[in-house]
Amino acid sequence: MEQYEALKALVTAGEPVTVWQKLYVYVYQAFIYKDRWKQYLNGVQTTLYVTAIALLIGVFLGLIVAIVRTAHDQQRKGHRNVLLGAINFVFNIYVTVIRGTPMMVQLMIMGFVIFASSKDFALVGALTLGINSGAYTSEIIRGGLMAVDVGQMEAGRSLGLGYTDTMRFVIVPQAVKAILPALGNEFIVLLKDTSLISVIGGKELIYAARGVVSRTYEAMFPFLGAALIYLVLVMAFTWLLSIFERRLRASDRR
Amino acid sequence: MIVVKNLCKDFGSLRVLNNVSEHIEKGECVVIIGASGSGKSTFLRCLNLLEEPTSGEILFDGVSMTDPKTDINKMRQKMGMVFQHFNLFPNMTILKNIILAPVRTGLMSKEQAEKTAMELLGRVGLQDKASAYPAQLSGGQKQRVAIVRALAMQPEVLLFDEPTSALDPEMVGEVLDVMKQLARTGMTMVVVTHEMGFAREVGTRVIFLDSGVIAEEGTPAEIFGSPKSERLQSFLSKVL
Repeated sequence: MEQYEALKALVTAGEPVTVWQKLYVYVYQAFIYKDRWKQYLNGVQTTLYVTAIALLIGVFLGLIVAIVRTAHDQQRKGHRNVLLGAINFVFNIYVTVIRGTPMMVQLMIMGFVIFASSKDFALVGALTLGINSGAYTSEIIRGGLMAVDVGQMEAGRSLGLGYTDTMRFVIVPQAVKAILPALGNEFIVLLKDTSLISVIGGKELIYAARGVVSRTYEAMFPFLGAALIYLVLVMAFTWLLSIFERRLRASDRR
Repeated sequence: MIVVKNLCKDFGSLRVLNNVSEHIEKGECVVIIGASGSGKSTFLRCLNLLEEPTSGEILFDGVSMTDPKTDINKMRQKMGMVFQHFNLFPNMTILKNIILAPVRTGLMSKEQAEKTAMELLGRVGLQDKASAYPAQLSGGQKQRVAIVRALAMQPEVLLFDEPTSALDPEMVGEVLDVMKQLARTGMTMVVVTHEMGFAREVGTRVIFLDSGVIAEEGTPAEIFGSPKSERLQSFLSKVL
């Protein structure tokens, strides 16, 4: 502490110091001084919280949209269900609009227009991210369902099983293996995209880093630190996912 | 048992089946032959509505399959199908493959279905494969399991869509043997195949499809012994 204050004074006064002493001052003021590491930690907490909620919303929305769109596309001719058609139409608009507009714009519309009076910025951010993620997730799930050989559906139906039963026991279990790697990828994108919610005031990791930058007038170390934390989070998650996938493959006896 | 009236099927602007009418009686083993693209698989797949006919009517046990009010799942339970590429469910063991439909449709209890499955597997010599996965079986074994899976629903008719075309030559025999055995028990069968030996030996009737119409039909002796149309003669000269 005293050592930092002494060195800081030297650096501020423009006295000659070694590179190491300068590095020490910058790292100390970015992470340790006034317990600033706690701000980052709070930021990470919010980041993970927003990611978790957005993921839940995204997977839930994605599942529903994917199921409806797949079921709609696989209807027999002359047996079209009007209600299914209407829901499918709405979901198509949802996917088109969400995929066709930037995430940042969606956040601003949600944060400053629709939920302008809300003070829970993190939750508004999580909701926006979830809705955004749902559109992509639905396409991932739909792709996985479509990737299962058509012969599987035909075999199930030829035995007299209904569409729902064939989906549940035959198609979905096979689709999961194709869906998981892409879903993991979507999760990683989601985790990193939480950094955007700072624009509507969400107090996540980047918000914390920016707070430190505005106090210290030094941008390099807070942002490098934040980048490193994201990297570690993503690597940890990738590792967990690979374990999970290996488990799935173990049941895939060949 | 199955009555087909003026069946037409279009794929886009291509007419694959053109006004096909046919009666299939109980206990018959009808073999459908023809060049590739002649519409034989499409005809078979129309019978259980895996392909939706463009026009025409299909009656099964007097019930219209093409009527939108017909419960198609109920009807399909009575007509089994065996595919060229087996289409076993790779995520389930052989036993699960076989009992899934009988149990889910409420035809049998789980115990009953398992007992039936083991009996049927015994008949095709695959009892020891019950807990294996499809990927662990040879092509011939997979197709025998697929036949058992269809039989477990106790269907009134079995449809075979080129059941030996995807098999290595040395495995064709074991599948044909099972089919012959089935035909002898009086099972009604409709078989699309390129196995002329099977058609001649087991078929009670042979249908020759050409460009979406029935060009000629008759007993195996008539079709193979004295083909009338030029098209059939040239087809047979190529495949025999």
